[in-house]
Amino acid sequence: MSETQRPIVVALTGLNAIDSPGPGVAVARAVRDGLQQPVRIIGLAYENLEPGIYMDGICDKTYQISYPAAGPEVLYNVIKAIHEKEKIDVIIPNFDAELYNFITIAPRLKALGINSFLPSFEMFDARDKLNLYDFGQKHGLLVPKDKAIYSINDLVQLGEDFGYPLVVKGKYYEAVVAYTLEQAQKAFYKISAKWGLPIIVQQFIDGTEVNIAALGDGEGNATSIIPMKKMYITDKGKAWAGITLEDEAMIQLAKKFVAVTKWRGGFEVEIMKTAKDELYIMEINPRFPAWIYLSAGAGQNQPASLVKMAMGEKVPAFTSYDSGKLFIRYSWDLIVDVSRFQQFSAFGSL
Amino acid sequence: MIKKNIATNEFGFVFNPATGDSYSSNPVAAEIIQLMKDNHSLNEIKKILLDKYEVDKLTIEKDVEEFMGLLKENNLLSN
Repeated sequence: MSETQRPIVVALTGLNAIDSPGPGVAVARAVRDGLQQPVRIIGLAYENLEPGIYMDGICDKTYQISYPAAGPEVLYNVIKAIHEKEKIDVIIPNFDAELYNFITIAPRLKALGINSFLPSFEMFDARDKLNLYDFGQKHGLLVPKDKAIYSINDLVQLGEDFGYPLVVKGKYYEAVVAYTLEQAQKAFYKISAKWGLPIIVQQFIDGTEVNIAALGDGEGNATSIIPMKKMYITDKGKAWAGITLEDEAMIQLAKKFVAVTKWRGGFEVEIMKTAKDELYIMEINPRFPAWIYLSAGAGQNQPASLVKMAMGEKVPAFTSYDSGKLFIRYSWDLIVDVSRFQQFSAFGSL
Repeated sequence: MIKKNIATNEFGFVFNPATGDSYSSNPVAAEIIQLMKDNHSLNEIKKILLDKYEVDKLTIEKDVEEFMGLLKENNLLSN
């Protein structure tokens, strides 16, 4: 096989296409659609029941990797071992919780020939839930007031300061709208047991949930921005259907974020749009959202663009997209022979 | 007048790309929207409807004004 025929090898995580899905399956699908050359997708899975391992047309091969808590050194050694077999060109981590490790080892991966397109620690920390309010204050962006707490006793005072309802959030995932002190206490226990401390308590903003998926070039320019309104929201707060919007204010907000942080890579802005058209930033996630395939459907394939940028290609900023494009998520029962499940469970690859 | 980016089709489907909201309108409402998109003034629209349908002027006045109120309420009119 000549060098030109060799497929580009893209490794990615986030294959848990469940009711609170990781973005991996959508990213893989978009990468396959958007690159004008053969692609080989290497899945990196944490658990043996992540659907993306078994779905047809998503991963050519999947390897099990250790949880982020194992630290960057373990991750590096695992990726290096996979790279020796697969010759990975680009790696795309898709979970917030694993990004610290991936950013840490990115230079060493680069030395092995594995490219990535990730934010720096400085960028990553700027949008952290713990710093977001200050970030908004500094750059003139609306962010609800919040406070990180380590003790349940602090809820009483915050209830008086913010009023009810208020939002109780985990450091990485999960948010509960609490209407009483008792509900807030229950959410504190539940979320801290799962994700640890601190717990973030945030002022509640009433409005319509809109999101932005975007891609920054690392030099202060946004290569792509796609605004979306959630049309159907699950009990876990996830968009099960959404529609692309034509909203200049949202686009300007994303441009401003990219300009001030010089963001490199994909990100998602979760926004509450009030009846007065104010855009309150609820969260900024440092990776593509699970609905990222909509960006490809609307004419701006962000994951494929990220792969090109990671490989050193200059990708010009997109100038238009289709508003009024919907995504509608669905569930599907895969039938999988037990031998495939055994193969992945016992040997850590499929 | 109606916002320029409002999308409509022959079946009365109306879509506002700025908010993601969509609506179903009856054939006459769809016709009014189309006339607005074709830059007809409100008076021209009333006259067109008056000529086309068997209806008195007062009813047309009332119905069109009421429909304008509905469009405004749903943020479909430009300022």
